[in-house]
Amino acid sequence: MANISLGAEVVMPVEQRRGYWSSVVRRFLRNPVAVGCAVVLLALILAAIFAPYLDLADPYKGSMIKRLRPLGTDGFPLGTDEQGRDMLARLIYGGRLTLYIGLVPVVLAFFIGTALGVTAGYAGGFVNTLIMRVVDIFFAFPSVLLAIAISGALGAGIINSLVSLTIVFIPPITRVAESVTSSVRALDYVDAARASGAGAFTIVRVHVLGNVLGPVFVYATSLTSVCMILAAGLSFLGIGVKPPEPEWGLMLNTLRTAIYINPMIAALPGIMIFITSLCLNLLSDGLRSAMNVKD
Amino acid sequence: MSRIDQQLDGRDRGGPAQPLILAQDLKKHFPIRSGLLNRKTATVHAVDGISFEVRKGETLGIVGESGCGKSTTARLLIGLIELDDGTIVFDGDAVGADLSLKEMRKSVQMVFQDSYASLNPRLTIEESVAFGPGVQGLSDPPKRARDLLARVGLDPDRFGQRYPHELSGGQRQRVNIARALAMSPRLVILDEAVSALDKSVEAQVLNLLADLKEEFGLTYIFISHDLNVVRFVSDRVMVMYLGEVVEVGPVEAIYARQAHPYTASLFSAMPSMDPDNRTLEPPLAGDPPNPVNPPSGCRFHTRCRFAEDICSTAKPRLDVFGSNRDHLAACHMRVPFSGHSLADVETSP
Repeated sequence: MANISLGAEVVMPVEQRRGYWSSVVRRFLRNPVAVGCAVVLLALILAAIFAPYLDLADPYKGSMIKRLRPLGTDGFPLGTDEQGRDMLARLIYGGRLTLYIGLVPVVLAFFIGTALGVTAGYAGGFVNTLIMRVVDIFFAFPSVLLAIAISGALGAGIINSLVSLTIVFIPPITRVAESVTSSVRALDYVDAARASGAGAFTIVRVHVLGNVLGPVFVYATSLTSVCMILAAGLSFLGIGVKPPEPEWGLMLNTLRTAIYINPMIAALPGIMIFITSLCLNLLSDGLRSAMNVKD
Repeated sequence: MSRIDQQLDGRDRGGPAQPLILAQDLKKHFPIRSGLLNRKTATVHAVDGISFEVRKGETLGIVGESGCGKSTTARLLIGLIELDDGTIVFDGDAVGADLSLKEMRKSVQMVFQDSYASLNPRLTIEESVAFGPGVQGLSDPPKRARDLLARVGLDPDRFGQRYPHELSGGQRQRVNIARALAMSPRLVILDEAVSALDKSVEAQVLNLLADLKEEFGLTYIFISHDLNVVRFVSDRVMVMYLGEVVEVGPVEAIYARQAHPYTASLFSAMPSMDPDNRTLEPPLAGDPPNPVNPPSGCRFHTRCRFAEDICSTAKPRLDVFGSNRDHLAACHMRVPFSGHSLADVETSP
């Protein structure tokens, strides 16, 4: 049979050669909602980091005669709280702690959960059963209850809150990592890598991690807002951050007595939590679609 | 263990007459687990005691319905799944004894059906091809990858840095072929490697495979359900049914005259090019029986037009059919005095 000339197939027009991550960035930038959310979050984070340099009022210094001033009061653009402290300063300083408590447990849980999930998913068999059944035990409890129980047992304080929230978030991340890994492991390219004689560690590093981290990362991003709300809940219950520290959840708690006197002020920390978690959720949606290679 | 292959085969080890692969009585049973304690409740007899050889430089076609064990056989040969029982002798060396599985893997590579799933979407195709040689410590994997991409018809400067989703199906399958060849294998298993391609691209890839076979002195196992393609590429054909070999022989002998009624019905399902010569017999009805509970005796007897009592009680052995010593079939009708009414009579099914 005569040879047909090779390479004669139609070549798809492909724009300038770029790496995977730069194509993700390019697709992400085309999504105005996600970009807007990223900007808001970035502003919140920058404000939190540089709070001491922003020429704000002292967030701890109160005044008995200037309590619960409404929004727009001269010198207090966002009013004052029940002890006469500047709400703007407290909200910005509160963002430091809230974002810290919201992000750190998720980051820690992301590393630990991914390690556990990838191990379980790739090894399969007994190792999988062992890890996943232990994880299932944690699933038996609602996450709020679990966080309260662990925090309560460890005692109040920021570090204990971080530990308890990390423990709460390891199981769901492990489960997602395990299911993504199992599905990647069943693909032919992993078989092809095994057929080339590569060891399990090399295959996981080169072929599995790159395809697992994306979806797990997106999932973890969406957990950040849950984590912030849980942390706020712990503070609200008095087993997280202690007064007089500014923290959104705690502020929500202490201001709740003022809800009939000045509802706008009482709602402000809640609005901050709402905006942040909404932005995080929309951001993770945007990331999810930007990471979809086939688009 | 070299004792064994001496017994099995007196021919020289590593010489030209020694088969590249001598598979003896391969078995793979998959347990079905269920219930609270994950107890084994049943067994799928995926590959149930098959023996065959792959000769040096030939293309052995394997055909059969879905679920007959073709792919499991391929995965056993390449070591992706473990054998339950049986021996594989690779060029005179028993795998697992004279030759470690790892060493054999270098010499056996596979091209999978799904060209997209068999390439890592996060790696450029050059990285994908260079991965295996890198693992095996071969010299200069990137250069090797580029050379092979060029050899399969993909300009490395133009395609090397692309990702799999930026290529067409035919191009991806060329990458998969390059990836397999990058390991300098002696045997390449093509598991439905061209089945997902459209006809014109399929022809190009088949031509490429034929060229590469000659250039690198390869041996192929070609698994397919397309009997026309199998006839075009194969030297010998092996027909499988429910985890067993029912017929094996030179391609022209089998295409001219099928010894086993199952093979005959497979071939009769092939559409004829000539309207005057169209198929009048109804094709084989229904699905193959469940491999969890394979039928007794000849596994085909539940669907065979010629089945008699003997077929459900005694298991037929692979035996020489006709004048060609290479043409074997496992059917009672082909064994003289087997007890089947059609035995010892020249009957065309």
